[in-house]
Amino acid sequence: MKRFQLIEHTADTGLVAHGSSLAEAFANAAYGLFSIIAELNKVRGSESRPVAVSAEDVEGLLFNWLNHLIYIFEVEYLLFKRFDITEFTEHNLKATCWGETYNPSRHQLKLGVKSATYYMLKVDRERNRVQVIFDV
Amino acid sequence: MSPWTGPLEKVDDYRWRIPKSYKPGMRVDGLVFANQEMLNDILKEQSLEQVANVAFLPGIVGYSLAMPDIHWGYGFPIGGVAAMRMSDGVISPGGVGFDINCGVRVLRTNLLEAEVRPKIRELTDALYRNVPSGLGSKGKIRLRHGEIDEVLVKGSRWAIEKGYGRPDDLETTEEGGEMAGADPACVSSKAKERGIPQLGTLGSGNHFLEVAVVDQIQEKAIAKDMGIDQIGQVVLLVHTGSRGLGHQTAGDYIEQMVTAMKKYKIELPDRQLACAPLDSREGQDYLTAMRCAANYAWTNRQCIAHWVRESFSEVMGMSQEEAGLELIYDVTHNIAKIEEHEVDGKKEMLCVHRKGATRAFPAGHPDIPRKYARIGQPVFIPGDMGRFSYILVGTEQAMKESFGSTCHGAGRVKSRAAAKRELRGDEVRRDLESRGITIRAGSLKGLAEEASQAYKDVSTVVNVAHNVGISRIVARSRPIGVIKG
Repeated sequence: MKRFQLIEHTADTGLVAHGSSLAEAFANAAYGLFSIIAELNKVRGSESRPVAVSAEDVEGLLFNWLNHLIYIFEVEYLLFKRFDITEFTEHNLKATCWGETYNPSRHQLKLGVKSATYYMLKVDRERNRVQVIFDV
Repeated sequence: MSPWTGPLEKVDDYRWRIPKSYKPGMRVDGLVFANQEMLNDILKEQSLEQVANVAFLPGIVGYSLAMPDIHWGYGFPIGGVAAMRMSDGVISPGGVGFDINCGVRVLRTNLLEAEVRPKIRELTDALYRNVPSGLGSKGKIRLRHGEIDEVLVKGSRWAIEKGYGRPDDLETTEEGGEMAGADPACVSSKAKERGIPQLGTLGSGNHFLEVAVVDQIQEKAIAKDMGIDQIGQVVLLVHTGSRGLGHQTAGDYIEQMVTAMKKYKIELPDRQLACAPLDSREGQDYLTAMRCAANYAWTNRQCIAHWVRESFSEVMGMSQEEAGLELIYDVTHNIAKIEEHEVDGKKEMLCVHRKGATRAFPAGHPDIPRKYARIGQPVFIPGDMGRFSYILVGTEQAMKESFGSTCHGAGRVKSRAAAKRELRGDEVRRDLESRGITIRAGSLKGLAEEASQAYKDVSTVVNVAHNVGISRIVARSRPIGVIKG
């Protein structure tokens, strides 16, 4: 099964991500996010960053997780492609994210993502499936 | 996405009502300005459901409104306007959007197409070189430690003090480019970190610079007051917003409001509409932070306009004064404002959310520049990069019907994915060039996503706004040079 599928939205773009666990679905949603931002096949997994986010519920956790990754990309120009989630509860997520600093001579950026939104955001605990629309 | 099948009542050829009986919890009716032809597209997606959802917000008065460029957004529809009572109303960061104070400014020039066209390639190259644009680009402004806070408080005035522009630019900027009540303590360090390197950058997506030529003047006297004297005159457009600083600020506060809603026992059909009472700490903190982000956006457009002037003057080989590069006006189309409006015959202070909608105040309104007191506030409606843009003015009718608001752009009809599937960037470029439009773009894929075919025809949108009476067409321009991020 593909890790994620894009959802068509007239003004924006979104995705549905799956996994064998909810944590894996969150990791795949993050992978989907960076696939929207850049061509990931030439990005190496040579640099890492620890990430920790928390929220009041699991929907908030997805919103904060993806927005925190957008923040790191904008501030540090890091493109991530691997997400090792080491702790995952209803309220907390800890991960080590692997990727590489954006290098215009080797990497191709595709689309700027302003933010994850709450619109149509879904976390399906039974089917380990998440859905999110991005403002682009 | 499935078509919308809710109830829609025809009021007249340009007005359509969604009755509040549609969903329990709607506090007011929805009202959409559109013609039958546009409605066929609107009904294909869920934007009218979003109009109905906005009607749930506490304290909303009049209607949950949709301007003629309405399209499917997140939370609010794009083209959504909603006004809330100060006493028991709410502020919703999603009703402003992530790109706080995204907006448009237009500069006039003394030059005609015949003088500029021979140098258009040189001009677009200079603009592309001098204005940082595109995803991953870094700005050339270096802020001292803590200086970002000055930008957030002073807005355009900070830029003028640093030499980016002229003092009289402030008079022709909405809010003077400096919204009062901005306290940087309400803006997160994450938002500031994103904003510092991006000040003075255009960004990507639908943001652009455009060299355009006036090709129709509908209202000669009004156009003249804006410095538009003749057909063929060249004007320059800048469209961008508050960059990562605004995006982060919106996200930070939406998250806070989700918690606040539980505290204030507000329930809504869409979490993206998350809100807090206007008189709560959460509500006031967001408004304070939003004003900071708005000031950042005005500073951004002010700095960019300065480089646009420099580029134009350098390529045309004349001083900025000789070139007549005056700022006609700068309008925001993503904002919440505290304004006085008439509700049921009584004047009342309201918090007007404009999400993809432009303020359109009439002649004589105290909040518009003195030089436009006779004609009303200029409104700019950019179309897609291959078609026209319009200059309009605000009207009394807008005060009566739309809380002094009108449309903001063409509105998309095709998703980015569909546009990319159906169109190729190099073909889009060739097509534009064959029609005399020189284009510089950061990415070919991005170009396909922004092609004319992905947008509604802006002329239809503007004609509806004109016929409804919420703004009046003054002039039209067509592009000859476009810079896309």
